[in-house]
Amino acid sequence: MEKFLLKYFTLIRVIIAIAIGIVISVFLIFLISREPGFSLRSFLLGPLLTRSRFAHVFETASPIIFCGLAIAVAFQAKQFNIGAEGSLYLGAAVATAFAVSTNMPAFIHIPLVLLVGGLTGAAWSFIPGILKAKWKASELVSSLMLNYVAYFLGLYLINFHFRDKEAGFLVSYQFPETAWLPRFIPDTRIHYGIILALVAAVLVYYFLYHTTTGYEIRSTGFNDRFARYGGINVFKVIILCQVILGFLAAIGGTTEIMGIHRRFVWQDSPGYGWSGIIVAIIGRNHPLLIIPASFFLSYMQVGGRVLNLMSDVPAEMITVIQSIIILLITAEAFLSQWKYRITLRQAEKGDAV
Amino acid sequence: MNPLLKSILSVEFGFAVFRVMTPLLFAAIGVSISNLAGTINISMEGTMLVAAFVGVIVSAFTKSLVLALLAGIAAGVAMGAILSYFHLRLKADIILAAIALNIFASGITVFLLFITTGEKGQSSSLKSLLFPEIHIPLIKSIPVLGTIISGHNVMTYGAFLAIILFYIITFKTPLGLRIRAVGQNPNAAESVGINVNRTRMWALMLSGFFGAFGGLYLSMGYVSWFARDFVAGRGWIAVAAATLGGYMPLGTFLASLLFGAVNALAIYFASLQIPSELIALIPYLATVIALTIYSARALKKRTRKVGEAKQVGKIKESI
Repeated sequence: MEKFLLKYFTLIRVIIAIAIGIVISVFLIFLISREPGFSLRSFLLGPLLTRSRFAHVFETASPIIFCGLAIAVAFQAKQFNIGAEGSLYLGAAVATAFAVSTNMPAFIHIPLVLLVGGLTGAAWSFIPGILKAKWKASELVSSLMLNYVAYFLGLYLINFHFRDKEAGFLVSYQFPETAWLPRFIPDTRIHYGIILALVAAVLVYYFLYHTTTGYEIRSTGFNDRFARYGGINVFKVIILCQVILGFLAAIGGTTEIMGIHRRFVWQDSPGYGWSGIIVAIIGRNHPLLIIPASFFLSYMQVGGRVLNLMSDVPAEMITVIQSIIILLITAEAFLSQWKYRITLRQAEKGDAV
Repeated sequence: MNPLLKSILSVEFGFAVFRVMTPLLFAAIGVSISNLAGTINISMEGTMLVAAFVGVIVSAFTKSLVLALLAGIAAGVAMGAILSYFHLRLKADIILAAIALNIFASGITVFLLFITTGEKGQSSSLKSLLFPEIHIPLIKSIPVLGTIISGHNVMTYGAFLAIILFYIITFKTPLGLRIRAVGQNPNAAESVGINVNRTRMWALMLSGFFGAFGGLYLSMGYVSWFARDFVAGRGWIAVAAATLGGYMPLGTFLASLLFGAVNALAIYFASLQIPSELIALIPYLATVIALTIYSARALKKRTRKVGEAKQVGKIKESI
């Protein structure tokens, strides 16, 4: 038992952090809800109760997986680029502009729209990358500032040039059907974005752990001076990981637009980039662990929306809980005393034999 | 004359610069003091948000400006304390912990806003108190300068005092000496008996203290309400301003003034026939540009110094 605890200590720590988060949310619901039993059920089981809600979990998970992978690649190189949100937004906006103004067969239209979105995101994310690599400008600050710039640029592009004035809402023209990402489960909006996301996770895993460039990215994150002495082109790594970040995040946003809304609908930034940071932390920047982390987060967010809709508890409770969970997970020393005691006991036992 | 140029040269513009600079300056001081201790606090965005919210709530419910001020400060210091606890005691990466705190602040303020008012966007139903404006007797009557300098919110003058306070704390008190020592070389500081963690904790709490004023000014001076995420990146602009200012009092002030001017300029651009979206992005774009120019110059200076040192080394060798 104790050996098991030691072996999976990191995972157990994450689970305990999540459990604490859930306990706090239960506590909060009992504190503020007039019908705590009903609210609690809405939150914990809500996503399972109807077909469309359950489908929402998969729909929401797909852009989150993309953003989580994006952030993980940058964080593995210790590049604190938090610009996934901006790349996602601007990428989706430019992809929209391309999709509604071109006409071609679906088998070429779909990949081209995705590519336009992805490349826009990559180009956008290249900016903080080159500023950091060349002039040591903090990518943290510049990527965050660029999130705002991307948001306003995207908004300008849609509202001034591609706005559907007959729609009644501030949205873009509808995509031609050739640029619709197909949905593959009847009566839901689950689209091929989720499949792409899972494939991307495997590819990113292979890239980070089984290729030379991936090794260079991880070495740079581990110790950039050592990496430099070891002959790794740190300049290239810093730029590359941020370009990949922008590409993946923008694909996430573009698939969502192509698969679910079929037009650009975001007057507010959708926040997937921030969810991406959260799942990257929960999944400890490991591409494959980001998948369950994303489903967990997506489940929680859908639960939060159900809670918001059905009861008197606001969905922002979920934001609070998420932040507490990642605070606990980043806290390296959280539960380390416990681990230390187990290790000690194990060692003593070993001596006795 | 060009109407834009005319409005930039007007006294109203000068006034607006100080008005817009105020929250940036407070937050930039907060970032600076934490960075001097070697633990940069990038949770200013969240700190300002929480303090702004607490200020509105407490002033609406107690009708007391003093209580609102104290509660807001307490909230800011608490944010600093939480960050220091997680970073120093629980060994969380300070950047990640601060990002988490920013997300926390964004959620908890809207959550509590909903609980107290039933609203989620804006606290329009709460009557928030405002910090008073001060008209300085003699200076007020100086023609141009008087209109620019006098008549500001008391917090704007407070920001100038804060810069002086920051200078005094950093250079004239034992705590400031310890903060700088810990920031420059924690091991050396520890070897002469300085408690590194405790010093950093003080620096982070001080940074929360200064950041709180920036938040309080936003909701109880700049405007008289709280709205979801209405700090709108000012906490991050403050990080850039602190970097630009070299984390020193005068530099931080000048950098904040610069960003204040850019932000005020964006307000004036609204008079031109440019889409509002494109105007709104100016302050953020300007921040990236300024940060890059500064970083490039700082890097050049560093490499030149290294180059000179190598030269000196070679000369010595040849002798």
